Amino acid sequence: MNYLLAFVFGGFLCVIAQLLIDFTKLTPARILVSYVVAGVILTFLGLYQPLVDLFGAGATVPLTGFGNALAKGVMKGISEKGFLGVISGGMTACAAGISAAIFFGLIFSLIFSPKEK
Amino acid sequence: MKKINQNEYQKMVSHLGKSPWITNVIWAFFVGGAICVIGQVIIDTAKNMGISQEDAGCIASISLIFLSGLFTGFGLFDKLAKRAGAGTLVPITGFANAVISPAMEFKTEGYVLGLGAKMFVIAGPVIVYGISSSILCGLIYFFMKGGM
Repeated sequence: MNYLLAFVFGGFLCVIAQLLIDFTKLTPARILVSYVVAGVILTFLGLYQPLVDLFGAGATVPLTGFGNALAKGVMKGISEKGFLGVISGGMTACAAGISAAIFFGLIFSLIFSPKEK
Repeated sequence: MKKINQNEYQKMVSHLGKSPWITNVIWAFFVGGAICVIGQVIIDTAKNMGISQEDAGCIASISLIFLSGLFTGFGLFDKLAKRAGAGTLVPITGFANAVISPAMEFKTEGYVLGLGAKMFVIAGPVIVYGISSSILCGLIYFFMKGGM
């Protein structure tokens, strides 16, 4: 059941982005930025976490989930460290994802070269 | 030569693909949904091994980033992304591809200012606005909670 929920909500978030690509002049980079910022704001408003609880990976795997992780990290940082947590919380929570992307990015781009289009 | 505006151009080319947006949306839905299911499978498997929810989510992100890197390297990601559009862009796979693809592409311009710098051409803005918005919201949250 939770696979179906993840599928439907994850797919739904992609459909919204696809409609934005097809019907507005938003570039993919702008959509990624908007999704992350939307994830941050919705989490602080307390609206995103219920979606994560219900849809699991359907809400965390899309880029809004990256925003959710940042925002959750900041809130956790604040409860543990007070004001310092405002600054340190976000990166702490996303450290694994960002480090992995950078490291794998380096390794794979050293190994592979672009294919002809 | 007669100049045409964007609307006229859209009309001229619209017959070339019949309502491509419906096909695009269907592709985005199924591919995006499927990627999230893969994430859920990884999370559930990790949790069954006694790993906490939070760490399981981390492992899922790292695995999906690794897989997108591999697929990007073999040139398969671009093939899928061409059809799937937002279906591969919106999940964390799109972020990983946005890191690896330009890094690979600009390797020829050097390892520091090519590979190293171009890696962040799209991922950079995502991180800049993600972190900044989380700090701004965090400040508001902090003061509303009456912190100090």
